[in-house]
Parts: sequence; structure tokens; C-alpha cells
Amino acid sequence: MAVVQDVHGHHDHHPSGIMRWVTTTNHKDIGTMYLWFSFAMFLVGGFLAMGIRAELFMPGIQILEPELFNSFTTLHGLIMVFGAIMPAFVGLANWQVPLMIGAPDMAFARMNNWSFWLLPVAGMLLVSSFFVPGGAAAGGWTFYPPLSAQGGMGVDMMIFAVHILGASSIMGAINIITTILNMRAPGMTLMKMPMFVWTWLITAYLLVLVMPVLAGTVTMLLTDRHFGTSFFNAAGGGDPVLFQHIFWFFGHPEVYIMILPAFGIVSEIIPTFSRKPLFGYSSMVYATASIAILSCIVWAHHMFTVGMPTVGQLFFMYATMLIAVPTGVKVFNWTATMWRGSMTFETPMLFAIGFIFLFVIGGFSGVICAIVPIDIQVQDTYYVIAHFHYVLVSGALFAIFGAVYYWLPKWCGRMYDVKLANMHFWLSMIFFNVAFFVQHFLGLAGMPRRIPDYSLQFADFNMISSIGAFGFGLTQLFFLYIVIKCIRGGEKAADRPWEGGNTLEWTLPSPAPYHTFETPPVIK
Amino acid sequence: MTQGVTKINLEMLKKLLIFSVIMFGFGYALVPMYEKFCEVTGINNLLQPDVVDKNIKVDMTRTIAIELDANVRGLPWQFKPLQSNVKIHPGESLEVMYEISNVSDQEISGQAIPSYSPRFLEKYMKKFECFCFTKQVLKPGETRQMPVKFVIDPQIPVDVNTVTISYTFFALQPGK
Amino acid sequence: MWGEYMSSKSVMTLLGSATLALYSSMAFSLDETSKYFHPQPQSVIAQETYDQHILALWICLAIFIVVFGVMFYSILKHRKSTGYKAANFHHSTVVEIIWTAIPLLILIAMAFPATKTVVAMKDTSEPDITIKATGYQWMWGYDYLQGEGEGISFFSKLSTPVAQVKGTEAKGENYLLEVDNNVVVPVGKKIRVITTANDVLHAWWVPAFGVKQDAIPGFIRDTWFTANKPGVYRGQCVELCGKDHGYMPIVVEVMEADKYTQWVADKKKASAAVVNTAAVGN
Repeated sequence: MAVVQDVHGHHDHHPSGIMRWVTTTNHKDIGTMYLWFSFAMFLVGGFLAMGIRAELFMPGIQILEPELFNSFTTLHGLIMVFGAIMPAFVGLANWQVPLMIGAPDMAFARMNNWSFWLLPVAGMLLVSSFFVPGGAAAGGWTFYPPLSAQGGMGVDMMIFAVHILGASSIMGAINIITTILNMRAPGMTLMKMPMFVWTWLITAYLLVLVMPVLAGTVTMLLTDRHFGTSFFNAAGGGDPVLFQHIFWFFGHPEVYIMILPAFGIVSEIIPTFSRKPLFGYSSMVYATASIAILSCIVWAHHMFTVGMPTVGQLFFMYATMLIAVPTGVKVFNWTATMWRGSMTFETPMLFAIGFIFLFVIGGFSGVICAIVPIDIQVQDTYYVIAHFHYVLVSGALFAIFGAVYYWLPKWCGRMYDVKLANMHFWLSMIFFNVAFFVQHFLGLAGMPRRIPDYSLQFADFNMISSIGAFGFGLTQLFFLYIVIKCIRGGEKAADRPWEGGNTLEWTLPSPAPYHTFETPPVIK
Repeated sequence: MTQGVTKINLEMLKKLLIFSVIMFGFGYALVPMYEKFCEVTGINNLLQPDVVDKNIKVDMTRTIAIELDANVRGLPWQFKPLQSNVKIHPGESLEVMYEISNVSDQEISGQAIPSYSPRFLEKYMKKFECFCFTKQVLKPGETRQMPVKFVIDPQIPVDVNTVTISYTFFALQPGK
Repeated sequence: MWGEYMSSKSVMTLLGSATLALYSSMAFSLDETSKYFHPQPQSVIAQETYDQHILALWICLAIFIVVFGVMFYSILKHRKSTGYKAANFHHSTVVEIIWTAIPLLILIAMAFPATKTVVAMKDTSEPDITIKATGYQWMWGYDYLQGEGEGISFFSKLSTPVAQVKGTEAKGENYLLEVDNNVVVPVGKKIRVITTANDVLHAWWVPAFGVKQDAIPGFIRDTWFTANKPGVYRGQCVELCGKDHGYMPIVVEVMEADKYTQWVADKKKASAAVVNTAAVGN
């Protein structure tokens, strides 16, 4: 069965079996594939995390030799960032953006297929790099030279994978921008778009801005490694610190790429379950935009210990602290949305509240890290690990879980098992904090990150952290079970399963038909 | 209609191809462009002596303590300053000596890269003569004393009174 | 229809106790002697850093209580199960301006002392002693460049036996935080540390002094500290530098001036024939 379908023609026929997925140009199919790919990568990255925590369970070297441990931390970071979190958000955008703006599909349907199918290739490259001579890249997910110039073939595979992932992200982002700007239903002005669509629009611009920078950096690294250039090599007149500047010029907007869509998701869920419109819609839009702009001028706060001039340190400190203002506005707006609402606490709402609660803790440690003297003390310690897991796990990941529970009834027309889903939330919440809250103290007490072994004073907190991490890891297998159970035979879901859901996707039947909004809805 | 579409697509393909060729050429054009840019702006002027204003005034009211440092990376050489620190007045020209010796039994060439602390010293440090302007080739067992002649611009901010000048020798691949 | 599964009580109790747990654990850690918090500050900079961190924590706690106080009150009272009807307000320019302005003021209050400390941290002028710390894969090399002890130069390697790492031997008290040659400095003197590296990036960190500086091959960077009290202070390399990144600790021994003079004399005598470490390539 290898009939290539004319997408403009026979709408109700599409190839079945594997070719349906290989050749599909349907935004729903592609969205689904993105989400499953992301979950698969999440399990791989999670496996690496379990390895790391198992080694750190006790002082001494038990399971992973130091070099392999470094590969584990490196690949854990890369796979979670590029393989799990980003594709999950792109998957959500694929599913939801057309549904929420009343468009029939994404603007560039074939490119959409291509940008997805690049991902498994990159994923394979990353995973298989463990098995080549010299092992996988071991220079940290930030692969600073000169260390990253030392590695073997695994580093080149990583560079190639990053190139492919970057290309995929750029295509995905262009697709999303074009779809949002050109394919909104009549009457849906920009300022009437749902927040999730807004945050993705801004995120997509950030992606188009910074992914080429990342591609440039890794290319320079590649030519330094193999073609005799000296961009990052002092011996040839280059400077290793230059790499850090370029990398973080990509890297800091990147962390907002991973959190802005999460803001959007939470801004959808909170009003729905508060049965009240989002408070301060326009200030939310402006806050998102200003976070995106500020994110481009704060990169060097990752480099306070490289020995920048005083003026540089102060500028990046002030700019970084400034980000707390629009972020604070968002938290206040969510609180005000809940205030005097008529709230219920379904699983998506639990994840959204959990998100706010823990993201604020991550935000606080972010402000603390912005203050140069304190940052110099905690830079490259477990404090920073705790900080970014609070914003990326309990931030981005919790929002993704919330989104999945929120839209699953629409996607597969069935309701998940509420009891189990709530249990998934509470277990995640508890184990997450057990795993990561103590890491703040490990960092303050002086435990550097990326070490396979540590001195005895850190032993008890590391053990607690490992236990929490194992619990958190197991809980996510439980999530897989809940989703499969829901797809296999959940209770039939209503078209509008949430009383307060007012966006366009809830006007469609559940499950959403293969083709939707062929005639655009009209927004008053 | 289909023909129209094909035509439009071909047009587009042509434009994209031209664009790619131009971008590829631009990549090569960058090399001379960067060189010109650095020449005009004076950035990365590592290998040429600085031009110093003859009328530079010595500021006798200030004294700057200069610490000298030397490093070798990946070479069987010994490298050290002959004096660990000196004091000068801004505007005064000074000569300091470094000594390198090759302790191996092979002829080896190396290149010294300067580094300063605080980093903005680079802007105020004017060198007339330095062993870092050229590669150094040492015969087996050879020892050589080499000067650095420089002046520190009196424009240097007043709160600076201790600076470090450091050189690091890196190995050059044979044939370079 | 599914919403009432979680009773209001259980939501509140769980979230409330989570908050309490988080902050009470923070409280016990605020005790200065706790091993779970900053090591006791031993220099002016470390003390200022410590004070600013405590200030920042109190500010965060206050904001936390206000924001989540409001949110949890709302979660408790404004719920459908109690029959609460949703209001329909959706913006208020005044309120939004206020809650943009207040955080801004708080941030300025936090940035002010930090700025002073940053300027002080950068002031490496007029040191009594200058020491160069060179990062190697995987040990530190020290050269006393200037001041009392000028010319001393040695390597400092992890002295914990491999058997302890492999677990075939009981781990000692200073497991992974002990070296063969300590860096020795006199108490109360301004020590300027110049960092550089031989191969890849490293970073020189002694938490008790509030000093952390990356070491970059081919370049020098500097930082400084003045130790308040004699003692032995331990730190580690904090920039990933390859396989044995976790095994290159830093141990600084602070001595009284006369003992330091004695140490310098001993060291000079012992190492009359030591070759300049600068000559040691890889």
C-alpha cells in the first residue's frame, strides 16, 4: 500500500497501516506522532536520569564509570531538551493550533511531515552514539570546547543530530507562524486568539531567531574539530569563551522556548476550570512578548564566572532580574483568574496549579541566581540543577501533562481514568519535590554538578534525591498506562467535556474528525 | 491550470537556486571581508606592533604594578619572565625580558598568545616590540631571551593599579 | 463531573503541608553551622554573599506567602462544590500597574547591595600575594607569582586512595576533598588568584571564601580573597573537565603570618631544585 494521496482530492481516504504514518500530511496524525516520539525520548532520557541517580545514590563509584557517567548526563540533557520537551510542544501545537484558530490543517502540510520525520533520525543518532568507539559525547549538554574538541566520533554524531533537530525545529516554527498568521478563522483577530496560540506564535519567532545560531555554533565546533579552524582555540587566536557567548545566545531563548508554550497551556486550563475569562488577556500577551525580547539580552548570566568586565556582569544581572517582572505579572494574572471563580479540580487543573506552585519556586531560585555574588557561589552546583528542574520539569513537563489530560478526550474521544490520573499528579508532585528540593541544599553546601562521586557530607540528601527520582521515573510509566487505557477503552467523552471550555476545539465532535474546519467557523 | 502551477514552481526553483549560489559565494566572500574589517577597526591586531603617539605624556603621579606571567601548553619548553613584577608610571616606556628554552632534542616552533588582567588593559597597552609578533623556532637545547617593549597609555582608568601580563606558548604544527 | 473527586480538604491539606515542609526544611538549613547550607563565610565577600542570599530568601518567602495565601484562599472558597458562582471581571489596569511596579521596586532593593559586592569582587588591585592556579586534567598546579613565597610552585592532586572510591576500603573523613599539597596562605592578607588552564576549562572554587573563577586555557582571569580565620577550607573544580572532573579538589590552608613564613622557608628549602611548572607540558 504505497499510494501517495492527493491531499487536495479524496478527503476521506488515506493509506492505512504504516504508510498512513509515513506519508501523512494531516496535522492530527503528525501531532500524534510528535507526542509519541517525545514520550519515547522522555523514557530514554528518563532511563539516563535513573542511571545518574543510581550512581549518585551512594558515594563511591558503583555502576557507571566516570566517563560513562558524563555521557549519561550529557545525553540526558540533550535528549530531554531536544527530544522530549520541544517535540512535545510542537506536537501539541500541531494538534491544537489549527483546532483553536479554526484552520483545516497546518499551512505547509508536506513540510510538516518532513520536519517530524527528521526527528527519529536525530534521535537514533544520539542514542546510537553510545555504541560507537569512544562512546557518546561527554562534555555536558552545553558541550563547551575545548573539552568537546577532545571527544571521539560520538561528538560528531551529536553535532549532526543537533543540526537535524535544528532544521526540524526551524521548519516546524515557520509552519506554525504561517498557519497562525494566515489561516485564522474569519473574525479571529490577533487579540482574540487563545493564549496557547499566542504563546506559540512568540515561541516560533524565538525558534526561527535562535536555532540558526545553534547551527552556526555547532558548525564552528565541527570545523574546529576537523578542518583546522581556531574559533574556540586560543593557540590559533580564538577564544573558548566565544563559544559560550554564542551558545547561550541560543541557549537562553531556548529555555523560554520550552516555557512559553507551557504558560499558554496553563492560561487555557486555569480559565476553563475557574469558569471565568482569563484575567488581563492583553497584559498576558505583552508579558509573553517582553519575556521573549528580554530573553535575548540576558544570555551571559550563564557565564558570570568566566571573568566578564564589571559592567557586563551588572548589565546582565539587571536585565535578568527584569524578567521577573513580566513573569510575576503572569503568576498574578493566573491568581486573579482563579479569584472568585467557580473552580473545580480535574486533573488538568491540578497540573496547572502544581505548575504555578512549583514554577514560582523555580522562579525564585532564578531571581536568586540572577544576583551575581550569589550566582558566583552557586554556579555549576546542584543549586542550579534544582533551579532548572523546577522550571523545566515542574514547569514545562507538568504543563505538558496538564495539556495531555486536558485535550485527550478531544483527541481520542474517550475519558481517561480520573482516579488514576489524579494519582499520577499527586505521585509526580510528591516525588518531584523529594527528588529536587533537597538539591538546592546540596548546591548551597558545595556539591558541584556533573560529578559521579561526592564527599560524605552530601550522602544523605543524595540518597533522598535518588529515591525521589526513582519514584518520579516509575510514576511516568504509570502515565503511559493511563494513556493507553484511555485510548483502548475509556468512557466516551462528551464534545465539550469541560464545562468552562470556550475555545473552538470544543465545538467539534469528540474524537475530532480526521478533517476539521474545512469550512472555517465565523468568530463574532 | 496545472501548467501554470508548474511554471510558477519552476520560477521559484530558479530563484531559490540563484539564492543558494549567492549564499554559498557569500560564505567565501566572508574571509576577505572579515580581514578588511579587522584591518580597518584594528580588532585582533595580535601580530603587529602598535603605533604610539610620540607626544605621549608620562603621568608621574601614578604608579602601576605589573605582574608578569608565563605559561607553556603542549611544548617541551621552559618559559619564564626574568623579573616577576615591575612598577611603572603610565606613559613611560619599558622593556621586560622573558626567557624560553627548549629542553627537548628536537627543533620546535611555538607561538605566544598574550592575555591580560584586567582584560581592558589590552586597549591601553601599546607594544612596540614583542616576541609574540612572530613564531619562535628553537633548536634542541637552545635558550633565548626575548624582550617586550611597551608603554601603558595614561588614559587607563585611574582605579587601575595592579595588572597582570601573561603569555602562553602554544605548539605550532610542523610546517607552519 | 469528575472535578469533585479531590475533596477540598485533601487538596488544601496536601498543598499546605507541602509548603510547610519546604519552608521548614529551609528553616533548619538556615542555621549557619548546618552542613546543608552555605559553609560558614570566611571572607568579606562570602559574608556579603551570604547576607544577600538570606535577604533574598526572606523576600521570596514573603512574596510566596502573599501570592499563595491569596491563591489557596481562592482555591478553598471559590469552588463550584461549595456553590460559589463565578464572577466575570477580566481586567483592571490599576491593579496590573501596581503589581508590575511593586516587583520592580523589590528587585531594585535586591540589586543595590549586589552591585556593591560585584564591584568589590572585581577589585583585585594591590594584593599582598599573587598565586596562579592552573587547571590540568586532572589536578591543580600552583605558582606563587608575587609577594611572600614568590617562586614556590607545586602540583596539588587528590590524595584519596582509589580503594576508597571503589568501595573496597572505608571512606575517610575528607573523602574526595583532600590533596597531597595544600595551597597555603597567611590569614588576613589579600590573596589574588590568577586562574588559567592547561587543556580544557576548569573552575577554581572555594565556597567559604565566596570565590569562583573559571580557568581558561590560553587566557588568565583573576579573583581575590582575604581569609578571616586560620583553618583548612575545601572546594572543588566546578567546570566539567572530563573523566576525573569530580576528582580534582582544592584545599586552602590558612595560617598565621609567622607559621606562613616558616612554611615558605621549608618549601623553598625542599624544592630548591623544582622546575618551573610552566615547563611541564602534557
